[in-house]
Amino acid sequence: MDLTTTYLGLTLRNPFIAGPSPLTGRLDTIRLLEAAGIAAIVLPPLFEEQISNEQMAFFHSIDTPAESFAEALSYFSEQEHAIVASEAHIAHLVAVKKDTDVPIIGAINAVTPDRWTDYAIRMEGAGADALELDFYFVAIDASESGEEIERRFIDVLRRVKESVRIPVSVKLTAFHTSLAHFARSLEAAGADGLVLLHRFYEPDLDIKNLEPLFRLQLSDSRELLLRLRWLAILSGKVACSLAANGGVHSVEDTVKAVMTGADCVQLTSALLEKGSGYAATLRDGLAAWLEQNGYDSLRQMRGSMNIERIPDPRALSRAHYMHLMDSWGVHYKGG
Amino acid sequence: MTRKSVTIDGNEAAASVAFRLNEVAAIYPITPSSPMAELCDTWSASGRKNIWGDTVSITEMQSEGGAAGAVHGALLAGALTTTFTASQGLLLMIPDMYKIAGELIPFVMHVAARTLATHALSIFGDHSDVMACRQTGFAMLASSSVQEAHDMACIAQAATLESRIPFLHFFDGFRTSHEEVKIELLSDDDLGFMMRDDLIKANRSRSLSPDRPVLRGATENPDTFFQTREASNSFYLACAQIVQRVMQQFAGRTGRSYDLFEYYGDKTAERVVVLMGSGAQTAIETVERLENQGDKVGVLVVRLYRPFSVDHFISALPKTLKALAVLDRTKEAGAVADPLYLDVFTALREYGNAEGTHLAGVRLIGGRYGLSSKEFTPGMVKAVFDELRNDKPKNRFTIGIDDDVTHLSLPYDKTYDIEGGDVVGAVFFGLGSDGTVGANKNSIKIIGEETDNFAQGYYVYDSKKSGAVTISHLRFGPRPIRSAYLLRQAKFIACHQFSFLEKLDMLQYAAPGAVFLLNSPYGADEVWEHLPEEVQSAIMGKQLRFFVIDGGRVAREAGMGSRINTIMQTCFFAISGVLPREEAIDKIKGSIKKTYGKKGEEVVRRNWAAVDTTLDNLHEVSVSGRKVSGRPRPPIVPDQAPDFIKKVTAPMMRGEGDRLPVSTFSPDGTWPTATTQWEKRNIAYEVPVWDPAVCIQCMKCSIHCPHATIRGKIFDPALLSNAPSAFQSVPLHSKNFGEKQFTIQVAAEDCTGCGLCVTVCPAKNKQDPKRKAINMTPQAPLREQQRENYAFFLGLPDFDRSTVDTIDVKTSQYITPLFEYSGACAGCGETPYVKLLTQLYGDRLLIANATGCSSIYGGNLPTCPYTTDREGRGPAWANSLFEDNAEFGLGFRLAVDAQRNQTERLLRGFGSVLESDFVEEVTKPVPESDKDIALQRGRVRELKRRLQSITTQEARRLEMLADYLVPKSVWILGGDGWAYDIGYGGLDHVLSTKHNVNILVLDTGVYSNTGGQASKATPLGAAAKFAAHGKDTNEKDLGLMAMSYGHVYVASVALGAQEGHTLKAFLEAGSYQGPSLIIAYSHCIAHGYDLRLGPQQQKLAVDCGVWPLYRYDPRRADAGEPPLIVDAEGGKRPVSEYMTNETRFKMVEKLDPEAFRRYAAESQLAAERRMAVYRHISQLRLPASKGGGTTPTEGPAETSLQPEKEA
Repeated sequence: MDLTTTYLGLTLRNPFIAGPSPLTGRLDTIRLLEAAGIAAIVLPPLFEEQISNEQMAFFHSIDTPAESFAEALSYFSEQEHAIVASEAHIAHLVAVKKDTDVPIIGAINAVTPDRWTDYAIRMEGAGADALELDFYFVAIDASESGEEIERRFIDVLRRVKESVRIPVSVKLTAFHTSLAHFARSLEAAGADGLVLLHRFYEPDLDIKNLEPLFRLQLSDSRELLLRLRWLAILSGKVACSLAANGGVHSVEDTVKAVMTGADCVQLTSALLEKGSGYAATLRDGLAAWLEQNGYDSLRQMRGSMNIERIPDPRALSRAHYMHLMDSWGVHYKGG
Repeated sequence: MTRKSVTIDGNEAAASVAFRLNEVAAIYPITPSSPMAELCDTWSASGRKNIWGDTVSITEMQSEGGAAGAVHGALLAGALTTTFTASQGLLLMIPDMYKIAGELIPFVMHVAARTLATHALSIFGDHSDVMACRQTGFAMLASSSVQEAHDMACIAQAATLESRIPFLHFFDGFRTSHEEVKIELLSDDDLGFMMRDDLIKANRSRSLSPDRPVLRGATENPDTFFQTREASNSFYLACAQIVQRVMQQFAGRTGRSYDLFEYYGDKTAERVVVLMGSGAQTAIETVERLENQGDKVGVLVVRLYRPFSVDHFISALPKTLKALAVLDRTKEAGAVADPLYLDVFTALREYGNAEGTHLAGVRLIGGRYGLSSKEFTPGMVKAVFDELRNDKPKNRFTIGIDDDVTHLSLPYDKTYDIEGGDVVGAVFFGLGSDGTVGANKNSIKIIGEETDNFAQGYYVYDSKKSGAVTISHLRFGPRPIRSAYLLRQAKFIACHQFSFLEKLDMLQYAAPGAVFLLNSPYGADEVWEHLPEEVQSAIMGKQLRFFVIDGGRVAREAGMGSRINTIMQTCFFAISGVLPREEAIDKIKGSIKKTYGKKGEEVVRRNWAAVDTTLDNLHEVSVSGRKVSGRPRPPIVPDQAPDFIKKVTAPMMRGEGDRLPVSTFSPDGTWPTATTQWEKRNIAYEVPVWDPAVCIQCMKCSIHCPHATIRGKIFDPALLSNAPSAFQSVPLHSKNFGEKQFTIQVAAEDCTGCGLCVTVCPAKNKQDPKRKAINMTPQAPLREQQRENYAFFLGLPDFDRSTVDTIDVKTSQYITPLFEYSGACAGCGETPYVKLLTQLYGDRLLIANATGCSSIYGGNLPTCPYTTDREGRGPAWANSLFEDNAEFGLGFRLAVDAQRNQTERLLRGFGSVLESDFVEEVTKPVPESDKDIALQRGRVRELKRRLQSITTQEARRLEMLADYLVPKSVWILGGDGWAYDIGYGGLDHVLSTKHNVNILVLDTGVYSNTGGQASKATPLGAAAKFAAHGKDTNEKDLGLMAMSYGHVYVASVALGAQEGHTLKAFLEAGSYQGPSLIIAYSHCIAHGYDLRLGPQQQKLAVDCGVWPLYRYDPRRADAGEPPLIVDAEGGKRPVSEYMTNETRFKMVEKLDPEAFRRYAAESQLAAERRMAVYRHISQLRLPASKGGGTTPTEGPAETSLQPEKEA
């Protein structure tokens, strides 16, 4: 079965991409993913704030106690070579590229405009086949409008595109007032692909100890539904590549994502949960499913259920909500 | 040939040559030589090679004795080998030095000469250590400047290869080892030129090899030893000529010419001073000045001190010489004279006798100067020359102090100043953590390397580790700078912390018309009103130009926290005009990039941002028309302080200890305790404030406080009638003590503001969980009120511990600590253990303290944190050495037991007079409970009362010894460097005995005090000095080793993980009548994270299993129970989680992520394996005791296994 697909102009042997996770942060697990047939790998994002904070923490922990007591003018050896975090990140990319044959996508989450381009250039130099701009951002500043935020992101994308030759995708969250409009603006600004959608890490509360609780909640197939809706809508409105991200756990999930317009699916929770070998299971399962259901290739299926082609497009819009409310009324017994 | 000029310190200058000319180094850290070893280790780890292109093998040993042994072996086996040391470390090398010299092995060791510990330890510089080696057979070559430290390192190496005499190359600790100055660097080609291949080959051909076997180190007998010993004479006779020749060869290559004895001054001088080391530079500078005034004076600088060449010495002296003063920087108590004097005397005498020359009538006097880096100034040099002019000069004198006891000291003009007009001096007062010294080091490099100026930087540090004041003395000018003493008048004074104005008279350094730069929260318009009267007066009187900047705000806005260094550095360059402003800013930025680039672009970016906004915030304050209107500086100690504090401690606290005369001091080094209470350092910007409405009265804040500055008390509500209005208290929740009030009080003026108490506080405000039962609040507005509250708090009755049966965490903290306000780092992980120890045993406690952090915060003057209770009892504390502490503490026990036995013997002699029942009662063993101790104290009081009516000598003796009937608790304290490494042999031996001593190892897993070198307690995968890429072996399991004896009580504790467990272990160890060992996890700034989080990290260490909690009690074995109880066995979190919180592990991750992962996996496995062993032991039931062994005086606190262990 022909599972090949094109994503960001890259030909992939199948639609399964390893999304950024601890599994893509280590060379040994990357080797396992490649052996399991994964088609491309997105490295963990280079988080500007994390790097900045870490650098400043390093700086303060090393420099603040230094030069104040005659017997201990320092507490660590002065390393003669760089130890900055971004260097380690780039070094990882170089090592991965050297060790693997599948396309490697570098991910960036920066804050200051200069850094987006700075990191992009360095990743391109280190051999990244494509870049994923991770616009993970919680809009807590009440003085910044949605329009301003979107303009800022578009500006970042434009500057990155001007700086590198490799394809660039944008990872979006669902929290834009007009996602379709924003997607189109991004495409106009040069986005080669969109990744739908970012999963927010949502802190829980420890109500006894009065503390926020941070724990990683892996996705499940229910989360795919939101992605399917936006894949279906956007695949009819933009020409760039689309990737499904969040909630792909099974062959059926993959089929749905591709049918709604995804060129590929990013696997993260599924791999963390079931191990890197699960990529092979999905690949083989997808081939079998296509076979069983009479498809010639994966391409044949792509977008078959998007907003243009789905038998009842109202299902994707407001009417769908109305329908659900109506049906809920049937079952609701009141009280 | 143009050589590279660099601005470096003496340690780097010497190490640079030593590294490039050797193949092997065996090292051990000791101040002030540690940086030499650290640099070599860093260079080796970074791939630098020696001049032959080989990697230099660097190995840290367990002690200097170990390093010397390894050096000896490496030398004999043919490798060019070096080492670095000082002071006590050098003493430990002496046995091997005799061997190396006896075997005529070429070798150079580099010594940053430091004071030997006598009545006290001192880390500073003099020649007492090297002079203790003059009899070993080593050649001794002295450098008097940083350039010489560089050059002589090379000359020594060349000379040792040719002469076969090993060389001790030395320079003055701190004054040269830590002075930064511009020097010309020897290139690899220069060094290669000086090394003769034929000599290296000859050296190697003499080495031990099974291919050409010989015997070395034989045992000789009366028939041959003497002759063999004399057989090396010719080598010593040839040595001086060889060194001279090498110096000439060196001069031919570099243009820098040296002599064995080098004379400076008038060729027809009549008065000459002889000395060696950094003081020579000051003497030369002074001689030049005096010569210009027409004085016929000179100075003879000794470079090759051993072998002492009489011929070279005599020929270096001017023929016109009439009077000679020899200055020794050491003291040999009881000797006829100090050593250099004796050598000179012998030389003159022998030469005079043989030749009957012009030198026969020369007047010779000898004096001591500069012990422990005491300043040696031109005024002192001049005083010595003046003395030589006297008809009857003092034959033996001291200079630099006021000896009002034996009247040896010479008077000198303290104001005599010869600083050249072309030298610009600048003095900066900074706070340790604000980065002032680092920035000044950069400035010196900028000026030295980027301009034609010569530059010198010297830095004076505090004796405290928290809130430390640093004073930087910078000189620069067009001529090489020789002045090896502190600036006295400067054209630029900078105060980087506004609060210093209240404590330090920094404007004493200001020359008329100088610039005064102040980091001030107050702007140019309002600052004047906030200045103390003395500061206003000095500004007006000296007509200073006065600038202010709110550096704190600029730093905060640039995201730099409290690091104001680059801001103040920018101000310095902008005002001083050393460089054009724009150029200076470019250079500063370049220097920031160079310094911080490897730490990350963000660090560079923020520093640059700080620099960019500095000049807009720098303002000159117009002083014309101002009036002196400020409040006078407050007295440094209050009026109610004891006389000794006012007369001795207070001047030391003001930095005026130099002025105190000899009679002030106890001649045996005895000092009073209980003196930190008078310091009131006010170093915290924020202090904790108690919110009684939220408090759950758990006392965690108190038990974790490293400085005993947050305390709790319970007291009778009636006592509140006199309380200050702002004093807070609430009814005590517990009713175990009846109706009592409870309070938590902060010593706001003593608190370091570490915030640790807030971190551990478990009580949250339910409406605003960000707030707890204690919250950090700015200190300044609270100071007066809290001072009053704290005074009232201290006046409340102390908790009577004899009223409780069981001490738990809460009650332990009602007890007044007898260790308070130490100078330890803010947030220190060690001091809470020490404080707890004094709460449990303080009034009957003897502490033997190994050298290290705990001896510094425990015994570094001017003040002592150990204090006394209302009865005047408190810990008796002493430090002997680093290496002998276990034995030293055992000595305490032996003496206490001997005196106790003697007391009992005497007492039994009074059986009939004192009533035999009473004698029996007072002599029976006393259980180690507070109630029983209190009862016994009562009996002893009664005994003393009864003895008053007996008039015999025996009764008086018994009276004096009677207090030994109250059990004394002997504790041996030290860090892991002592316990695991240098002192392990002694510690092991003490554990092997059955004496009742308690050993507390404050385990930071690193040599904290000397700056973070790896010890055998350093965990796997942690970066430390000498383990830059992560330590690649596990820490040794000291506890398990101690358990193997069977009769040793052993506990592993972590206060941050379980306070109750720590308390239990301390109580069990104290009650156990044999040897006890407690290994206490102590977080440390050398781990690289915010110490507020120390307790949390301790808990994580326990939860992940790298730090198990256990107690091994031999009494349990005697009771038929498994002796080991594992109280926390980890496995709750992955070890990697613990590792990623600390810079020491993260640094490895940044350098080599794969290595980090490997270490994390290995550490996980090691923790699990270690726990498996413990689990196994904890299930062992050993055969019960059938008599013999240590007699338990009471049962163990716990005899049952934990339920899960039984299952």
